[in-house]
Amino acid sequence: MMSSTFDQIATIIAETCDIPRDTITPESHAIDDLGIDSLDFLDIAFAIDKAFGIKMPLEKWTQEVNDGKATTEQYFVLKNLAARIDELVAAKSAGA
Amino acid sequence: MQLDYFQLIDRIVELNLDDKTIIVEAQVPQAHTIFEGHFPGFPIMPGVLLTEAMAQSSGWLLLGVTKFERMPFLAMVKEAKMRGFVSPGQLLTIEAKIEHEGSGFAVTSAKARVGKELKCSATLTFRQIPFPDPSLRVHMDAKANEIGFPLQAMTP
Repeated sequence: MMSSTFDQIATIIAETCDIPRDTITPESHAIDDLGIDSLDFLDIAFAIDKAFGIKMPLEKWTQEVNDGKATTEQYFVLKNLAARIDELVAAKSAGA
Repeated sequence: MQLDYFQLIDRIVELNLDDKTIIVEAQVPQAHTIFEGHFPGFPIMPGVLLTEAMAQSSGWLLLGVTKFERMPFLAMVKEAKMRGFVSPGQLLTIEAKIEHEGSGFAVTSAKARVGKELKCSATLTFRQIPFPDPSLRVHMDAKANEIGFPLQAMTP
């Protein structure tokens, strides 16, 4: 499950930001390593929301980082992002 | 349209918050200095202004959906297609629909027609942020009133 989620978001990032797919790894930090800016991340969030049928709480995550309650690694290292997405999908399934 | 003030929308015809759609009208002025340069002998509405008109239509829809709690700012324009010329004096009817509501952003699709003829279309992304200045909120309330924003549509 985890790897397939990672593969899907890596493909989305590669297509959205024109980044070679083979340079995107589970350890990649979307901002620090891949250089994705906030506008491109909106596009990625749109594609991820659609692909997984969720609404990634980007504003909540950003607030947590700004408040020092979380690190960007927790949300923007891709293996962690994939885990957050899996949690959101699971929470949605449980609530359905 | 008040081109000098970048106010492109004249009237809200229909706002449907259940379907998340809006229909507005925008009257292209018969004369304006813009047409003197764009173009001499062949005046047409610039594509960027048609795109802005679609963005403003989408913006009013997003203001309605968020009950004026968030101001939408245009962030991305995709698939903007200028399908036909729009001339001075023509009445544009613009439809917009919310395609996706994300966290702090939204995506809309919009189309503008003159009569039945489709003139342009685009997919637009907006950042939605709390009003950065109280005076902007006051301004938007006043504009909403001017263009017939149906405030009753926002009450359950």
